[in-house]
Amino acid sequence: MAKDDNGGKELAAADSSHGGPDVPVGTAVVTRDAIANPGFPPHDLRVTDVDPKAERRAERTVYTLFYVSVVGSVFAIAAYMAFPINPEDPGSVRENNLFIGLGLSLALLALGIGIVHWGKALMSNHEVIDERHPVRGSEETRARAVEIFEIANEESGFGRRTLIRNSLFAALIAFPLPAVVLFRGLGPDTDPIELLSQTMWKKGTRLAMDPSGTPIRAVDVTLGSAFHVIPEGLQDLEYGKLEEKAKAAVLLMRLKPEDLNELPERKDWSYDGIVAYSKICTHVGCPVALYEQQTHHLLCPCHQSQFDVSNHCEVIFGPAKRPLPQLPIAVDAEGYLIAQSDFTEPVGPSFWERS
Amino acid sequence: MTTTESSAAPSTALAAKKKSGGLTAAASNYIDERTSISGAVKALGRKVFPDHWSFMLGEVALYSFVVILLSGSFLTFFFQASMSEVHYDGSFVPLKGIEMSAAMASTLDISFDVRGGLLMRQVHHWAALLFVAAIGLHMLRVYFTGAFRKPRELNWVIGFILFILAMAEGFTGYSLPDDLLSGNGLRIIDGMVKGIPLVGTWITFLLFGGEFPGTDIVGRLYSLHILLLPAIIVALIAMHLVFVVVHKHTQYPGAGRTNQNVAGAPILPLFAAKGGGFFFLVFGVIMLMATFFTINPIWNYGPYDPSPVSAGTQPDWYIGFADGALRLVPPGLEFVGLGGTWSFNILIPLVGLGLFIVLVMIYPFIEAWITGDKREHHILDRPRNAPTRTAIGAAGVTFYAALWAAASSDIIATHFQVTMEGVIHTMQALTILGPFAAYFIAKRTCLALQKKDREIVLHGYESGRIVRLPGGEYIEVHQPVDEYERWKLVDYSDYKPLMIRPDDRGRITVGQRMRAGLSRWFFEDRISPVSTTEIEQAHGDHH
Repeated sequence: MAKDDNGGKELAAADSSHGGPDVPVGTAVVTRDAIANPGFPPHDLRVTDVDPKAERRAERTVYTLFYVSVVGSVFAIAAYMAFPINPEDPGSVRENNLFIGLGLSLALLALGIGIVHWGKALMSNHEVIDERHPVRGSEETRARAVEIFEIANEESGFGRRTLIRNSLFAALIAFPLPAVVLFRGLGPDTDPIELLSQTMWKKGTRLAMDPSGTPIRAVDVTLGSAFHVIPEGLQDLEYGKLEEKAKAAVLLMRLKPEDLNELPERKDWSYDGIVAYSKICTHVGCPVALYEQQTHHLLCPCHQSQFDVSNHCEVIFGPAKRPLPQLPIAVDAEGYLIAQSDFTEPVGPSFWERS
Repeated sequence: MTTTESSAAPSTALAAKKKSGGLTAAASNYIDERTSISGAVKALGRKVFPDHWSFMLGEVALYSFVVILLSGSFLTFFFQASMSEVHYDGSFVPLKGIEMSAAMASTLDISFDVRGGLLMRQVHHWAALLFVAAIGLHMLRVYFTGAFRKPRELNWVIGFILFILAMAEGFTGYSLPDDLLSGNGLRIIDGMVKGIPLVGTWITFLLFGGEFPGTDIVGRLYSLHILLLPAIIVALIAMHLVFVVVHKHTQYPGAGRTNQNVAGAPILPLFAAKGGGFFFLVFGVIMLMATFFTINPIWNYGPYDPSPVSAGTQPDWYIGFADGALRLVPPGLEFVGLGGTWSFNILIPLVGLGLFIVLVMIYPFIEAWITGDKREHHILDRPRNAPTRTAIGAAGVTFYAALWAAASSDIIATHFQVTMEGVIHTMQALTILGPFAAYFIAKRTCLALQKKDREIVLHGYESGRIVRLPGGEYIEVHQPVDEYERWKLVDYSDYKPLMIRPDDRGRITVGQRMRAGLSRWFFEDRISPVSTTEIEQAHGDHH
């Protein structure tokens, strides 16, 4: 029964190597007393091959499934019309999604199951056997290919006229280079390092609530509270609102002054236990949004770096290395919190030119 | 062969057909006389595809890609890849009047104002998740069965590139709606690229068209997402499939199957029915998921804003391993020196994962070099019959899985009420030690299974029937295995460790020494297939 579909040749069963005897086998072990391939087992008949009733049943199943698929498609079209989206009713989106989806699922699944069942139960399942040939071209083909290259070389003088050839290579290497230069235009004609080194904060900018933009008074910052802060005026920016916010976002917290362990040179950067730190993680720039009131720890939700607010936001856990930059703050005449200056170092993730 | 010859043969064949047929024959003749398509039908129509469930993984990948193309084309008709600011004015009340980008607003419109739009969005996203998953599983199947061996090494590389491109497609697509999570994902990419020495700052500056987030990135990612990447993927898939046709499909060991044949279903009609039907099944299952399960509900996240982020957010699954790697870096790995800032907390994951995937890509060439086997291999290995390869694969899977799990470290901590630090430290240990444990367990398991196979071949199955011999001795009767089943257990290639010998000039090169070392590592523990001599001896023992 093991007939080759291509020509009916007998199968060479035993030898499992391929490509002739001259192909190196490397460290493979080739034994002489290997067990012989017994050849293909006899073909098993399916129930639909022997029982005409089962065959008719399978046929019925297949065409029923195809009609069910048609019903599914029609249902999907009907659902499209019957369940419009009503802006007044949020549930209508769900119904639209559900019923169109159900119709389409039914159409697709019934069709798929029908075709597969047709194939498995009714189509001939006699195994067909193809012969393999080595992937490499036959010796004549390869010889002819080499010959063609030689003729091409001869006719063009590619190997002989080295001056032409080498200058061609030079031209081919040079011509894409202008494209590289063109990509400079992807960014504006400014210096990225300068942009990264400064934010919107400057002397006297009031600290405002995020996102309302209301300025914050020192008395409103109760002990233990934390505020999400943006510079006043950010909301009124015409352009670059998000870019500025991505650098200038600040967290404001009030601790007991005795819990604060301040660096000597930053003694006057806080106000009565109120400290302001950049909210942008020094790892890869996620907002460090989670404040643990009891331990005074800030946690970055992206990669779990933790910063200790009572110890000038130094890193106590996680992949970040540098403490969050501190924004020096003070209080103006009306009692509002203001910045003393911009941050004294670039905020956010590290970059090569940072130091 | 001349052109006249090649076109003459099919036309006579068709002429014969024409007598019996009506419209179909006439149409076939019309097309063939203009395209010579009968040649393609002759060459491919009865091409054989072997049958095995694991061969369907690649099909799942292919079909989900088709679904992605279909649903994605629909989405492009509505989506606006622009970051210009608009005030949302659609049907979703909670976000009414909120400032957002046109990209986000149009995505909300697709979800809430286009009938069937939400369904198509969800089909697209679910199909994308399935696409990457199916490619991953398909690669594991190819790896563990040794299907990457000669002549298929280059097709492995093509498939590997497709896997990378699929992830790139996923990430660019995830970033398009410009919602809170997609913007946050871009922020992480921005931070990572900035960590690359020397060029990182400029790369992100050019990529984002200025400072993060800028107003260009969505449009740029859109070009990549719907034009450049899909074009490359389609071209590579075409090449991948052409190679499948050229090589003919591999097959598992089985009675009658040899390295010179391939047994299975012909394309017309059986394989076409199974494959075509399977396309609709894959499409149907994706549709069912899109019908019942919400994915990426951007309306809950809101538009991108650099300030808020909710805890417990997760990237799409296939980015998890990279995110996990970022989380597992020990503290303090950032230094200043040699003219710049060295962010090893970013470089270690980048370079580590880079090396890992490069190893995956070149593995076929490494193994080919170690064995020195230049034969073509069309019979697949059962994983147990290549113990070291299987063990290396198990180690790789464990490494990947540990990094992947680490991407959920915060969720694990809150879910199981354990400390964040404890989870990270455990994951760090798992990432380093897990692969070694997996390697050892997998290798021993493979060898044990090989021994079991040998036992079965030599002595048959344990039948459970106890017989008392006349002398009073009890024995369990062993049922001999039939020759068809036996063939599956003995048909595998066996390699021995390389013996190094001096070359022509009497020297042993460093390369050879390395190869010998690797060969010893690979094949020191080996269990050969049972030979006829052994079977005869075994029968002698028993009867």
